[in-house]
Amino acid sequence: MSETLVLAGAELSPLRDIAAYREAGGYKQLERARAMTPQAVTEELIESNLRGRGGAFFPMGRKASFIPSPDKVAKPIYLTVNADESEPGTFKDREIMLRVPHRLIEGCLIAAHAIQSKHVYIYIRGEYLAEYEVLEAARKQAVEAGLMDGVQIVIHRGAGAYICGEETGLLESLEGKRGQPRSKPPFPAISGLYASPTLINNVETITTVPKILEVGPEEYSKIGAPPDSTGTRVFCLSGNVKRPGAYELPHGITVRHLVEEIGGGVPDGRTLKAVMMGGSSFPVMTPNDLDTPLDANSLSTKGYFIGSGVVTVIDDRTCIVQFALRVAQFYQHESCGKCTPCRVGTRWLTQLLTAAEAGTATEQDFDLTLDVCDRIIGKCLCVLGDSAAMPVASCVTKFRDEFRAHLEHGGCPFGADSSLNNLFAPVDQHAHSEVHV
Amino acid sequence: MTQLYEEIQEVRKLYPPNARSAVLPALRLAQERYGWLSREALEEVADALELTPAYCLSVASFYDMFHLEPVGKHLVEVCTNVCCGLVNAQAVFEAFQAELGIGPGETTEDGEITLRAVECLGACSTPTAVAVDRRYRQSVTPDDVVKIVAELRGV
Repeated sequence: MSETLVLAGAELSPLRDIAAYREAGGYKQLERARAMTPQAVTEELIESNLRGRGGAFFPMGRKASFIPSPDKVAKPIYLTVNADESEPGTFKDREIMLRVPHRLIEGCLIAAHAIQSKHVYIYIRGEYLAEYEVLEAARKQAVEAGLMDGVQIVIHRGAGAYICGEETGLLESLEGKRGQPRSKPPFPAISGLYASPTLINNVETITTVPKILEVGPEEYSKIGAPPDSTGTRVFCLSGNVKRPGAYELPHGITVRHLVEEIGGGVPDGRTLKAVMMGGSSFPVMTPNDLDTPLDANSLSTKGYFIGSGVVTVIDDRTCIVQFALRVAQFYQHESCGKCTPCRVGTRWLTQLLTAAEAGTATEQDFDLTLDVCDRIIGKCLCVLGDSAAMPVASCVTKFRDEFRAHLEHGGCPFGADSSLNNLFAPVDQHAHSEVHV
Repeated sequence: MTQLYEEIQEVRKLYPPNARSAVLPALRLAQERYGWLSREALEEVADALELTPAYCLSVASFYDMFHLEPVGKHLVEVCTNVCCGLVNAQAVFEAFQAELGIGPGETTEDGEITLRAVECLGACSTPTAVAVDRRYRQSVTPDDVVKIVAELRGV
């Protein structure tokens, strides 16, 4: 196993105090970066080929290079850190903020230097109260230690909305509005927060930055699965596995290695039926693909996504129709309502899958489900609708026999044996009028 | 000027002069003070931000953590998304319902405890995740439920 980078020094216990962090070499790279020109720092990030860890996998250095220099714009330049971690199965940013809050702060200050920004907003999901407290304590320590050099870091708390993890939804929310995504272009690098140039990066991405400067971009770019999937990832292993957890490992280890060697395999003598790969927003993985390396290219050739590094194990007693239904209910609940295909389509998916689970659907309804997915994907301003359609379509396509078994059985053949049986969804919690669409 | 007004003015300083960015923090401060966002609370927030109550309500209604109706003194939120669901979330959620004698989204008759199911809390490696008054309890099993409720009731 290779060394940790993002979580270095905090493998066993959190590294929260600034003195301990500095003793472990913390804030040295900030000093080094500030002695470099902003362009030179950006160059190092480009050379490392660090890619966004929030899900989009966009090259971070390139994104930083899109930010115009301050002498070319009459507006402030903003750095916004996306700590609105809400993708089901994802808990790495939480672990990072709890374990190495100063490395995130240091990453913010280095990235701010690279784009010559004096204004940093960390948008943290509202549910993360302990994480906010730890991060705010670290921020205060950094201020008291005189590390800010005129940069202001504000930790802004969300209030419970998955869509605010979408970068333009986040900006809207940070501007004090409903978190409904914007039409792009313009991209945030040109017109982001308060219509000013804005760099937005995920917590894990920013926290990796000090380590890239420390090991050097050339060395960093050799770790993992170069050229595209460089470095390490804090993988989020959960579900029906013996040892779930956040494991920082290089890109390129196989799903099987993570699940069986690191995670100890499926408990209770059960077998693996599927993997929620990348997050709940993506196609589910079937057991025949378990030897796929966890890097973006290897996964994409088989129709998968690395997403936010999620690997959730689903065992053989789980009903995949129940899984698809619960996923659809999540996206129905979280749809911001701006685009019709997503707003209406996610509701249709829930209705179709409810009927499928009850055994009252027909073979044609399975095709209709796929058709609804088709009519969502690529037809909305943001990818929330796609994120509902892709996993649902993959379940219907890859587990069609299991859907059919419900029809033949006149109900769910798994019933109460499945852990997801009758799993309650928050979308059913709110009193809402029945809309017949 | 109320104390809430003063607190909101402090928060506004963190953002550019004409920005509305303090809306979420201001709504949170109001909710922490009054327990939920009544019409009066929304008016107070709107006054402090020089916005309309309608605008503040429109924003508040978008976000799950804002209560537009009264809730119990304590809030129990059980993650019922798939990762916790794959382990034991439904059993935990049902155990809370049985122990409290209420359904999803409801508040006990004495106004003490509100129970809600919530989407992924981001604690997927320690299912089931339950937020009790916003503090996470991890690896909660149905057997833990009686103790958690007793704790909240001060028994």
